[in-house]
Amino acid sequence: MEKLSIEGTPKTPTINFDFGSGVLEIKGRSIPENSIEFYKPLVETLEKYSSKPQANTDVNIQLEYFNTSSSKCILDVFKKLEAIHKNGNKITINWYYEQDDEDMLEAGEDYQAIISVPFKMIQVEE
Amino acid sequence: MLDIYDFYDKMERNNIMLSFKGDVTSELLTSILQIMESKLDNMQEEPKVKRKVYNVLVECLQNLYHHMDEIDQNDKVAEKGRAAIFMIGRVDNQYNIITGNYVKSDNVNPLKGRIDTINSLSKEELKEYYKTVLNNGEMSQKGGGGLGFIDIARKSGEKLAYNFLPVDDRYSFFSLNIKIAQN
Repeated sequence: MEKLSIEGTPKTPTINFDFGSGVLEIKGRSIPENSIEFYKPLVETLEKYSSKPQANTDVNIQLEYFNTSSSKCILDVFKKLEAIHKNGNKITINWYYEQDDEDMLEAGEDYQAIISVPFKMIQVEE
Repeated sequence: MLDIYDFYDKMERNNIMLSFKGDVTSELLTSILQIMESKLDNMQEEPKVKRKVYNVLVECLQNLYHHMDEIDQNDKVAEKGRAAIFMIGRVDNQYNIITGNYVKSDNVNPLKGRIDTINSLSKEELKEYYKTVLNNGEMSQKGGGGLGFIDIARKSGEKLAYNFLPVDDRYSFFSLNIKIAQN
């Protein structure tokens, strides 16, 4: 089974995507100057995955910071997931935010309003 | 001789924590962000405020960075064009993030129009505007997409204070002052 693993840096998040378990995880900071380049492998991997997805796909997004250029790429990722969802496969996006981080909660809600995939907002302790 | 005390005094009065003038590179942004993050940690700034300051810093600095690309390298004023100034200070329970850079005079009115639009919107309207631009907006090759100023306005919760100073018949100096309240 295919896997995608990208190790995090001070400006880019850790990404783990395991086709076998259907779990995609994006964790850390996403503030690169060139976010299209950074997210390209993930978008391409999702493209491949969409031809043979698991019945259940869990997406865990736990970001501390993300810049506006990443926000467009994250939307692209969610749009790929939306397409998989529309084909009758179950997708859940778990959006993690720190207890008092209203901006991050709001950012999750912005995506929730745009993308027709079930979102779960999950509060974590600091 | 350069009056360094005059600089010092001005910076002291405005409580400048960090300032920079020159070419904005990716490495520079990484360093500035690291320095500011540890300063905010050392000051034991509240996580909420710290996050807002950090977020707005990222957007302001990356605005400067991406703007550098637009300036014609072969231009006679290219050196001017590639330079920017940035400072962050804290006075009266408020962080001030100030940036300054040259813009082509032709771009002044469109830029002014964009900022004025953002400044005319309420908190809720800004949220809607952000979603519209996020979902429909064109994306530049590196991923900038006109969201920067909207995001800065949302995170800071304040109007964007700006100024355009004509320098010669082709260039103006654009300055932006973002305020972030400590409480």
